[in-house]
Amino acid sequence: MSAPPVIRVRGLTKRYATVDAVRGVDLDVQAAEVLAVLGPNGAGKTTTIEILEGYRSRSGGEVSVLGEDPARPSRAWRARVGVVLQSTSLERRLTPREALGLFAGYYPDPRPVEEAIELAGLEDRADERIHRLSGGQQRRVDVALALVGRPDLIFLDEPTTGFDPSARRRAWETVARLRELGTTIVLTTHYLEEAEALADQIVVLAGGRVVAEGTPAALGGRDRGRSRISFSLPAGVTAPSGLGAVAAPEGYTVLEADQPLATLEGLAGWAREQDLDLLDLEVRRPTLEEVYLRLIGAQEHEEAGG
Amino acid sequence: MIALVARQLGADLRVFWREPASVGFTVALPVMFLVLFVSIFGNAETRVGGRVIDGATYYVPGILALSITSAAFLNLAINVVIARERGVLKRARSTPLPPWVFMAGRVGTAILVAVGLAVVVSVLGAVLYGVELPRATLPAALLTLVVGSAAFAALGLLVTAAIPSEDSAPPITNVIVLPLYFISGIFVPSEQLPTALVTVADVFPVKPLFDAMLAAFAPTGGSGFAWGDLAVLTAWGVGGALLAARVFAWTPRRE
Repeated sequence: MSAPPVIRVRGLTKRYATVDAVRGVDLDVQAAEVLAVLGPNGAGKTTTIEILEGYRSRSGGEVSVLGEDPARPSRAWRARVGVVLQSTSLERRLTPREALGLFAGYYPDPRPVEEAIELAGLEDRADERIHRLSGGQQRRVDVALALVGRPDLIFLDEPTTGFDPSARRRAWETVARLRELGTTIVLTTHYLEEAEALADQIVVLAGGRVVAEGTPAALGGRDRGRSRISFSLPAGVTAPSGLGAVAAPEGYTVLEADQPLATLEGLAGWAREQDLDLLDLEVRRPTLEEVYLRLIGAQEHEEAGG
Repeated sequence: MIALVARQLGADLRVFWREPASVGFTVALPVMFLVLFVSIFGNAETRVGGRVIDGATYYVPGILALSITSAAFLNLAINVVIARERGVLKRARSTPLPPWVFMAGRVGTAILVAVGLAVVVSVLGAVLYGVELPRATLPAALLTLVVGSAAFAALGLLVTAAIPSEDSAPPITNVIVLPLYFISGIFVPSEQLPTALVTVADVFPVKPLFDAMLAAFAPTGGSGFAWGDLAVLTAWGVGGALLAARVFAWTPRRE
């Protein structure tokens, strides 16, 4: 038997006064795994996460987080869970080092403050008052506070929203290092490349339900979907119709292939005969974004259709 | 646990001290009132409850009551609402920190700020206006200071539940205390107020705080303990704390 999952959710529902925010969600997260929860605004991501964090009650279903029901969080349980809320939540007049020292005192076995500073990449700004830090740096203080207690499980609710690309890369490095240290991580994000870079498993929520789950490579049948072969041709030349070519904008020809190798062989033979080099030839799998938008689009279509 | 409370208290004091607006508002206002009162109304002798005392000796306990209310009630409530709306309380709730330690830090900060402010106001009163500071009745003054600031801190925690946003915290708390200052004898001696207003003021906690402080500064004899007033303050504090424990909100109102 494998170890029990860190998070196990079955049939989770949450009903607010007039809306069903979560309508029957199942989740399993294994130890030292990174789960990314994707979905449009209003999909139920934050509601689900906050139920798992112990902030919100649920209307129905079973939830186990680190072997306990988060609806009745014990002190020992809180000591094992780190939380980064969706918006920055810091005492702005303290410095990162002071805030981390304060938080470290809350936990039975904290990380040394220096280590938390280093993990979050705050070495240069550790003694500056938090209100003088940039938004991205403040967000890193949020992350440092979540990991100073040496948690087994960390929730990151949109940790890099508003980051510039290089800051996002550094945040990813922090998450990757935490994962190497054996921390289980649940993150929500709007950035598909973030999910792709960090997640072992992805769950897509829409309308309060799981509409797809899987590894980043296989989500929504991405590993089996058609490949796109694209190239441009000189003026006046058209690809043979036998390959199923579809003209695309900006002078590109695009082929959609179930069996890319066979299609490429046909294309290569034809190009040789025509004495064409196809210098910009590109074979591409569907991106995570394309798969995601298709999944979300299907869900919205279903809801609109009733 | 004591170390935990001490660290929380230390951090809260530090945050208070680094917020120029709250320091200015809490410390400068009572000092300004003291100087203004004596300048406007003079230091002439006043009759209070059959005793004759000079003006400053009347005003200093009043300003002390105002200082305690300001430090413990307004300042605490405004800062707790700000922390709540910025998610600081919600975040703290996710840690193993017991909620009461968090509260103890805030209440302890309120008491220490009130004590510090009381020292400043008393010393200024003595140096500038020759107010005689309590000696035999010092224990009564200190007990009043601690009971009063603890009670107002509890009420400050309670009132946060009725404040919807950061912006509305200062007006709402001021609307509560300003009329009480007027009817409790702090701005205008109770002898000059309609008895109906004084009766109303007796129900609320500002007047018992002022009366107890006045009894310590201008004793009619004895040790200066105003047990009846202290009992009313304690009742307000305990009631406020019990109710606050039920209605206190840790998450931002906008959520």
